[in-house]
Amino acid sequence: MPKDNNAAVCSRRLSDEEIARNFSDMHPPLGRAEALVEADRCYFCFDAPCTTACPTGIDIPGFIQKIRSDNIAGSAHTILRENIMGGMCARVCPTEVLCEEACVRHTHEDKPVNIGLLQRYATDPVIDKNITLFERGPESGKRVAIVGGGPAGLSCAHRLAMFGHTSVVFNRDEKPGGLNEYGIAAYKTVNDFAQREVEYILAIGGIEVRNNVSLGEDFKLSDLQGEFDAVFVGFGLGSVNDLGLANEDVEGVLNAVDYIAELRQAKDKGNLPVGERIVVIGGGMTAIDIAVQTKGLGAEHVDIVYRRGPEHMGASRYEQEFAQTSGVKIRHWARPSKLLTGERIAGVEFERTTLDKDGKVTGTGEYYSLNADMVFKAIGQSVSEETLGAVTGTLDMQSGKIVTDDHRKTSLPGVWAGGDCVYDSDDLTVTAVQDGKIAAIAIDKYLREESNNG
Amino acid sequence: MADLTSEFLGIKSPNPFWLASAPPTDKAYNVNRAFEAGWGGAVWKTLGEDPPIVNVNGPRYSALHSNERRVIGFNNIELITDRPLGVNLDEIRQIKKDWPDRALVVSIMLPMEEKSWAKYVPMIEDTGADGFELNFGCPHGMSERGMGAAVGQVPEYLQMATEWCKKFASIPVIVKLTPNVTNILPPAGAARDGGADAVSLINTLNSIMRVNYDTLTMYPTTDGMGSHGGYCGQAVKPIALHMVAEISRHKDTADMPISGIGGISDWRDAVDFLALGASNVQVCTAAMVYGFKIIDDLTDGLSNFLDEKGMSSVEELVGKAVPSVTDWQYLNLNYVEKAVIDQELCIKCGRCHIVCEDASHQAITSQVNGERYFEVIDEECIGCNLCVSVCPVDSCITMQRVTDGIDARTGQPISKEVLNWTAHPNNPMRKQS
Ligand SMILES: Cc1cc2nc3c(=O)[nH]c(=O)nc-3n(C[C@H](O)[C@H](O)[C@H](O)COP(=O)(O)OP(=O)(O)OC[C@H]3O[C@@H](n4cnc5c(N)ncnc54)[C@H](O)[C@@H]3O)c2cc1C
Ligand SMILES: Cc1cc2nc3c(=O)[nH]c(=O)nc-3n(C[C@H](O)[C@H](O)[C@H](O)COP(=O)(O)O)c2cc1C
Ligand code: SF4
Ligand code: SF4
Ligand code: SF4
Repeated sequence: MPKDNNAAVCSRRLSDEEIARNFSDMHPPLGRAEALVEADRCYFCFDAPCTTACPTGIDIPGFIQKIRSDNIAGSAHTILRENIMGGMCARVCPTEVLCEEACVRHTHEDKPVNIGLLQRYATDPVIDKNITLFERGPESGKRVAIVGGGPAGLSCAHRLAMFGHTSVVFNRDEKPGGLNEYGIAAYKTVNDFAQREVEYILAIGGIEVRNNVSLGEDFKLSDLQGEFDAVFVGFGLGSVNDLGLANEDVEGVLNAVDYIAELRQAKDKGNLPVGERIVVIGGGMTAIDIAVQTKGLGAEHVDIVYRRGPEHMGASRYEQEFAQTSGVKIRHWARPSKLLTGERIAGVEFERTTLDKDGKVTGTGEYYSLNADMVFKAIGQSVSEETLGAVTGTLDMQSGKIVTDDHRKTSLPGVWAGGDCVYDSDDLTVTAVQDGKIAAIAIDKYLREESNNG
Repeated sequence: MADLTSEFLGIKSPNPFWLASAPPTDKAYNVNRAFEAGWGGAVWKTLGEDPPIVNVNGPRYSALHSNERRVIGFNNIELITDRPLGVNLDEIRQIKKDWPDRALVVSIMLPMEEKSWAKYVPMIEDTGADGFELNFGCPHGMSERGMGAAVGQVPEYLQMATEWCKKFASIPVIVKLTPNVTNILPPAGAARDGGADAVSLINTLNSIMRVNYDTLTMYPTTDGMGSHGGYCGQAVKPIALHMVAEISRHKDTADMPISGIGGISDWRDAVDFLALGASNVQVCTAAMVYGFKIIDDLTDGLSNFLDEKGMSSVEELVGKAVPSVTDWQYLNLNYVEKAVIDQELCIKCGRCHIVCEDASHQAITSQVNGERYFEVIDEECIGCNLCVSVCPVDSCITMQRVTDGIDARTGQPISKEVLNWTAHPNNPMRKQS
């Protein structure tokens, strides 16, 4: 029986300076000289492959050209008109599998244009100085209810404001921003960028945000349908999937997303208790983030255990390497079979895995154990039960998520949905923003047709 | 190893690279450093009468930059030397004594009075210098006083001053030409008629670099006002090459030795000048921008190039490209080239497509069978070389000659016969055969 190692979980493992260093800007911004040199590397491609690869379709050669000519406001406008969270996306997009993967510079050099950092270079000054680039359209008199103040909801609200519609954002969390505020790794969005970006978005006017209200608890979908001309649903994924093992509620077995939220909100990160030996179960961005951040807080050993191979992980190669160079060990081909517990968690027993002839993960019957004083669940998220209850039966659902058409329209007339909560979502900030945008365009069309018809 | 030693008008130097008359040759200190670094020769910063001129005490220089802040073009409003003549002469004498194997030519600019030449030319020659270079090129400041380009732009004056210099000099006289003329041949001819032993070109071009976007004044300024300056550096090389080639290929000036100047920054630029008829070259801006060390690349780059070409001396290269320069009217209008894209090298940036689409002949696809694919449509390609010029991948698009069969664009058979404009049926003035 592994010994009870409660004492190993403690705060202030590292000095304030070490923590500050570990959570400083992951990719420091480019200075003007660096940006000009990098911008010069862009070939200004025709029908640029990077633009095609960007889920929001930003005219990348267009904005880079404007950086070259010191037309920063113009560059930011080119970015933000397609993606109002271009600032956050510049920080959090896995560019290595999106725009930068498509960059033609790969062919002969294997070194794409650093689109992410250039995008940040262009957008930061606009957010920092609150430069107005978008005006609210002429008041249409139409009101839209938006459920969820994350990237999907805010993007939708901003676009609707540009069209002249008013929206009310009903948000469960205390602050708007969704996972930008509570989920994204701290070193990707330093200096309270998420809130500053939200403020910039809201400054367009015509958007009212009501926090601490929840669909399913405080109101029903039908309430909104009655009161508003249209509804957009973007409530994300509220809960983390369980491992399905006995004793999951034992002390020390935690949900990665909640822990990250606590870390993101902590005034003093050093106060957060963290274990000496950490085991993270999962293979996506959340797994990487919790592993690297607990390492950053001072955990001695952090192991990510994933049931398949590196090529199957939701986290990109780049992120896997980032975790590894941050001191995290990634173990593949094993799945948790038993939580080893005393009064609290003490370790995890894993069964080695392989793929069967149908390509499905299967156990090999070999087992090994890892000691742990903290175990994080990061095996995917789903819509939280209460929220799910509020839409099931009303909207068409598949695998616990909302089904929509190409314009993000749900099965219910007058109701659109986007972001992580829809069935074919990519679970990325950038796709959530795009969903909000295309839904807003569809809603606008619907509202105008409606007023023309009656 | 090819022999880089050079003899220009009998003036010997270990290599054909001289520093042009400019700040790098303003003082003994600089020239010493240049010779230590390996420069073959120097043309001393232009001397004038005493008392010396004065320069502005604000910005003299400004640059056209690439985004990496490489200097592409360079502008100055500096005048000739601002040091007393005696100081310069003492230093020239000492340098020549210390560096007997290097070429040391003295640039001069004197008023349009014979007595002035009678007085100064022998005095300067007495330093032991190897030759004179007459600065008829300075386009700013000095020209307002009736010297520099003001002389260089009027062939009669240029000839007169050259004659005076020749009258009082026993060492070779090089006339440095200004490019601020519409045709370089009259001043070059005037230099020859005045008895010049050689010409050197180009001096700088009239230019204003830009405005200051904050103040909306020209940039740079001296106390709020600016004046045009002389433009040089890489950007001017093509202009210089054209003028050098004109002199080389024109029968009246062809046998005059040329010292090539303008935008030389690496050995390839020197090859351009030499192949178009210059016997040696001079460099200013590149030395001002990078320091004297660039001589290493200039010399061993040229030497390696000559080896590769199987040439044993610089002389063998001189003028090699001159016979290929002609007038437009003699170009063969029956000759056909088409662009060909090497799909192995193509990175699919689409630049060739969009430029041909927007600015040429819609001769490059953007898709083939629904796939992103860039391919030349022979039926449309006019062989203009635009796509080659913009493709970011070297040698990815090449122009290839169509030697027989039908030209897919015109539907006409390719003719082996040479047909130029002078005999072309569309030319109303054609020579009937
Ligand atoms: C740990 C972690 C790290 C990530 N890192 C990255 C990354 O680096 N790059 C990247 O592109 N993506 C990343 N993602 C994914 C990205 O954060 C999401 O795809 C994106 O935030 C989805 O936006 P959304 O608007 O759909 O949902 P969310 O951001 O989840 O926002 C949902 C909002 O709805 C509100 N809400 C929830 N339920 C209700 C309700 N019942 N009533 C009212 N309001 C409700 C919430 O308060 C919240 O404000 C990460 C996700 C996690 C969990
Ligand atoms: C700052 C500066 C000062 C110059 N002064 C002179 C001069 O005094 N006499 C002269 O004949 N040419 C002068 N020149 C012209 C250069 O000698 C040279 O002809 C011209 O710059 C073109 O060569 P480059 O492109 O290598 O600089 C000067 C050029 C510069 C940049
Ligand atoms: S693919 Fe690369 S080079 Fe081409 S436009 Fe995009 S960033 Fe520029
Ligand atoms: S410009 Fe060159 S690299 Fe780009 S698509 Fe055309 S041929 Fe290919
Ligand atoms: S050579 Fe000119 S016409 Fe032919 S494909 Fe290239 S750009 Fe087009």
